Amino acid sequence: MWSILQPPNLHKARDRLIQTIGLLVFGLVIVIGISLSFGAVPLSFAEIWEALLRQGEQINQTIIWDLRLPRTLAALLVGAALGMAGTLLQGMLRNDLADPFVLGVSAGAGLVAIALITFGVFLAWIPVAAWVGAMATCILVYSLGRVGNSLSTERLILGGVAVSSLFGSIQAILLLMAEDGRVQTALNWLVGSLNGRGWVEVNAVAPYLIATLLIGACLGRSLNVLNLGDEAALSLGLSLGWSRLLVGAIASMLAASAVSMAGLIGFVGLIVPHGVRLFVGNDYRVSLPVAAIGGAIVLTFADLIARIGTVELPVGVVTALFGSPLFIWLLYSRKSRGI
Amino acid sequence: MPLSARNLTGGYHQISIVKDVNLDLRSGEWLSLVGANGSGKSTLLKLLSRILQPEQGQVLLDGKSIHSQPSIAIAQKLAILPQQQLIPSGITVKQLVSLGRTPHQPWWQWELDTLGQEIVEQALVQTKLTQFSDRSVSELSGGERQRAFLAMALAQAPKVLLLDEPTTYLDLRYQLELLELLKDLNLNHGLTIITVLHEINLAARYSDRIALVKKGEIMAIALPKEVLTAELLRSCFEIEVAILETPVGIQICAISPYKSPILTTNI
Repeated sequence: MWSILQPPNLHKARDRLIQTIGLLVFGLVIVIGISLSFGAVPLSFAEIWEALLRQGEQINQTIIWDLRLPRTLAALLVGAALGMAGTLLQGMLRNDLADPFVLGVSAGAGLVAIALITFGVFLAWIPVAAWVGAMATCILVYSLGRVGNSLSTERLILGGVAVSSLFGSIQAILLLMAEDGRVQTALNWLVGSLNGRGWVEVNAVAPYLIATLLIGACLGRSLNVLNLGDEAALSLGLSLGWSRLLVGAIASMLAASAVSMAGLIGFVGLIVPHGVRLFVGNDYRVSLPVAAIGGAIVLTFADLIARIGTVELPVGVVTALFGSPLFIWLLYSRKSRGI
Repeated sequence: MPLSARNLTGGYHQISIVKDVNLDLRSGEWLSLVGANGSGKSTLLKLLSRILQPEQGQVLLDGKSIHSQPSIAIAQKLAILPQQQLIPSGITVKQLVSLGRTPHQPWWQWELDTLGQEIVEQALVQTKLTQFSDRSVSELSGGERQRAFLAMALAQAPKVLLLDEPTTYLDLRYQLELLELLKDLNLNHGLTIITVLHEINLAARYSDRIALVKKGEIMAIALPKEVLTAELLRSCFEIEVAILETPVGIQICAISPYKSPILTTNI
């Protein structure tokens, strides 16, 4: 019935993925090395290696194990989460302007965090409370986007915009009511920072975040099919409601975890998916894991820049400062290449 | 019967467009749904393909309700070519056609197996797209693009193929090429086909049976020459027609909009 016409190339996409990930992991190792060596006390790679093996000077071991390593790991995890969450949501919503916060993650997390900071209560619980606020808001937005047993992408986006706008105005009222010192703390959280992140935050979030990243990396084929439109996706056997729910839930959990660890870091989840598409194309089986590694590199590098000056900047300021021109360059670069 | 409808009723936003339709599709036949704009033929096709949930009744695929079967199991037997397709940016023809194997591919399998590769190649050959394999779908002409999506549906290796106005946006040559290809698949590969067709003469020429749809109901279903009569077409489309015998079978020539005798007298 079906004739053999030519030898099939079974491994083209897989080979491309392996090569790209190999290159990115190499870049990641370089960035991690620089991140660990850079600081008030510069360390050579040999000293870092010794300290990692719990050898050499005690002060170097303390700097690496108690300060720089947890902070670098936090940057890697948050960057990977934002990169993959942005890619998942841009794919699911078929909208290149979608970022990890499009479904109200930032609004929900921000509202809860600002409320706790303003009233000065349960301050130690801000990361957990922000995660709960983010997920509760996502559930609210999902219920707004529901049409019968299915989910409307347009309604999801509009619901996210409406809820974000509402929560944003409540945040503004709370900030206006807050005492001066608390406003500063709230703004620091809203901008997003990795300053002072240690093993407590990493240990609390890492296992759950890594598991979510692994599940997210398996959703590439569903996204490839969803991008053909609802009717074609249905024809190919995809359950639209379940697929969108799973993709949205994983993306929201990633974004909420990132927010709970580092506050609201913008632009990474928007720019990384665009950059990844520019280099590896639109096959989500490839772009999802690549976006996670790319996000980790970008945020670790941004955190490095944030630490360069005499006064440390919040990393969210750096991503916004460099993100906007980079985004414009990416858009024009894609346009000139006809992508 | 590969596909049947039993007392099928459904539409949009609790408004029933299709009402109490019963239909039995025979194995290996080509059925065309024909009717005026807004008659409910595309809605009926969407109900048959489970794009829309019925308000009442059911659709049976190989004797089992399509709503009680897993989506993947249905997709292995039934494919849909929607009227409008979205083209993911940068996707090549071969990548698109390969997605047609999705229902047959385990989720953990990264690439297509050898059989899947062969079926994709075969679909490219059948749709004459082999030389365009590595071209971006968005660079193709309307006719080539339609063939690419048809190739994706063929890669599903379905028993039943549903097509919603597949000749829309195509010029005459591409219309004939596409329908000739479907006829070949129908006759030589046993593919069972349902099409929604606006062009009544193409329906008459290629279909085994035609269902005339009016106000969400099937007013007649039979061989083309039995359905395409002046009386039924006047009732369905409100037009006067001449029916011509041609080398490719009967063809319909629309003469004028139908005017009722009462209206004519008043004027």
